[in-house]
Amino acid sequence: MSNQHLSPLREPLVTEPRSLGQLTEEICAPMERAPTWKWWVAFGIAVSVLGTGAGIVGYQVATGIGVWGLNKTIGWAFDITNFVFWVGIGHAGTLISAILFLFRQKWRTSINRAAEAMTLFAVMCAALFPLIHMGRPWLAFWVMPYPNDRGSLWVNFRSPLLWDVFAISTYFTVSAVFWYVGLIPDLATVRDRAKAGIRKAVFKVMSLGWTGSNRTWSRYETVYLLLAGLATPLVLSVHTIVSMDFATSVIPGWHTTIFPPYFVAGAVFSGFAMVLTLMIITRVVLGYEHLITLRHLENMTKIIIVTGGLVSLAYATEFFIAWYSGNPYERFAFMNRAFGPYAWAYWIMVTCNVVSPHLFWFKKIRTSPAAIFVLSLVINVGMWFERFVIIVTSLHRDFLPSSWAMYTPTMVEVGTFIGTFGLFFTLFLLFVRVLPIISIGEVKSVLGFAREGHAAQPHPPAKPVAEEPHPVAHRPASPVPLAIATRKDAPV
Amino acid sequence: MSAPVLIGYFDNEAQVLDATRAVREAGFVLHDVYTPYAVHGLDDAMGLKPSRLTWVCFGAGLLGCTLALSLQYYTSVVSWPLNVGGKPFNSFPAFIPVTFELTVLFAALATVAAFLARAKLFPGSRRSVLPRVTDDRFAIAVAPREAPSELDAAEDLMRRHGAVATDLLEEVAS
Repeated sequence: MSNQHLSPLREPLVTEPRSLGQLTEEICAPMERAPTWKWWVAFGIAVSVLGTGAGIVGYQVATGIGVWGLNKTIGWAFDITNFVFWVGIGHAGTLISAILFLFRQKWRTSINRAAEAMTLFAVMCAALFPLIHMGRPWLAFWVMPYPNDRGSLWVNFRSPLLWDVFAISTYFTVSAVFWYVGLIPDLATVRDRAKAGIRKAVFKVMSLGWTGSNRTWSRYETVYLLLAGLATPLVLSVHTIVSMDFATSVIPGWHTTIFPPYFVAGAVFSGFAMVLTLMIITRVVLGYEHLITLRHLENMTKIIIVTGGLVSLAYATEFFIAWYSGNPYERFAFMNRAFGPYAWAYWIMVTCNVVSPHLFWFKKIRTSPAAIFVLSLVINVGMWFERFVIIVTSLHRDFLPSSWAMYTPTMVEVGTFIGTFGLFFTLFLLFVRVLPIISIGEVKSVLGFAREGHAAQPHPPAKPVAEEPHPVAHRPASPVPLAIATRKDAPV
Repeated sequence: MSAPVLIGYFDNEAQVLDATRAVREAGFVLHDVYTPYAVHGLDDAMGLKPSRLTWVCFGAGLLGCTLALSLQYYTSVVSWPLNVGGKPFNSFPAFIPVTFELTVLFAALATVAAFLARAKLFPGSRRSVLPRVTDDRFAIAVAPREAPSELDAAEDLMRRHGAVATDLLEEVAS
């Protein structure tokens, strides 16, 4: 039987025995009960931060981006740092849902939904920064190539900034579609549980008339595989193109060919750290420790060790090439990074990104959610500083010493950045309330993983009488009592 | 489909796979099988052919690629050639990133659209759903070839393969 995983070497993905019905109950429960006061407090904070951020953005759009701390030398700083920071975070979701799918990593099933949602929200936050940076965001449509009465003056297709427009918008669209396609069967599950009312009506529309037909499932699996195949190069292309914003320029410290892989590794590194931050809270608050297990956390920390190692290697390579190239400007840029006026930012970056992931070599730390949580925050801080270091230190010492300058963010810039966290957490908290945050259908399909007798099989199969017995009909009996699996009111 | 359809309900994956195979081997017409999650091996058991949606994906990707290259060539070479940093008007390597992105965009959107159209999934669909098949039940729907009476034999067969309940419906959505 193709979906039986009875190897004694494998460990169950769902650590508690559960029936199919119980899983549905458990995953749907948070969205069917009234929100707790803790949720309201968290939501209140997130919305007020978002509101403050929106006010600040309103102020800077009305006044002009002169309210930022930028100057003639440092034309890119906080906003582009935050843009790259959020886009990077937005990489883990599609990595988990597409790349781990192609690699048949079945443990992804219980985290992919939430990680993809996180991706979408992070990309929304990221897209805000270039939009605000335009100064006149209502003219944002000028970045699209459309026939116009300026002669048709077209956009410059040779510019990496334009590639970025296409990369980010395609990434957002395809991720959203991928996420929605994955949601359809679960929306139908919620629809069929809902009693008549608004919820039923809404989910009926959203689930598009899904019936669970295997003819549809068969096509659905094909589409899912195709989307995973398309999203995999897409996710790699996005940060590659973001890195080209820098790499195609002639600024020392930016003009390097290792930027694409270096940025992609950094994006996955920071994205997984953010997934861990969110998942560690979510699994405890919603009681999903048996679905998002320590093994999930451990696997993600291992990916962090790998990508952290890649990032460290990139730092070292940059330094080596700066010396080996014999280019005095390049050499100066890197010496200035490590020992110049922004050395503090550089060494925060090195501590957080190069040193701290190595704590994950210890099994004790890999299996302690509290320790992972702290380290995931440390890594996010480190990755923010990485972008800050790359952007600001490369710019602030110009070719011409007379234009050397320093950069300090203003309250407006800091407020905008904090505001995007408000947006991110507002959307995430809403998501937790209104949609199943774990893919019900996919977790059901791995429920029997490595469980002898298959937890999803409540009682021994009836013996085929007279009929020549199919060899597959002989399956070991399950210890799970019949009552639990067949009664809908069984305690969950 | 207006002929009556026999529904057999099962409560686990192994039995539904087994019963599907048996029903098909016995020569009944499998209307459909309904499952709460994608059951691997069920396509083979039902004798479904691989989906042709892969061709839609390939075709749409090709279209996206062609359109993207044409758009960039037209705007940068034909419509208003601008000298940017002394680069050639047809700076083909610089056109690749946008071409790639549009290829993926077209392929992904067209594949999903074709899937929704082929599976007749759309908002406002009034299709009825069998009880609990989106939760914890698996159902096999058998349509008779000729006389509805032969459904008795199908019912017997499904019972022997572990059906927990059977039901006769006048009509069922595909």
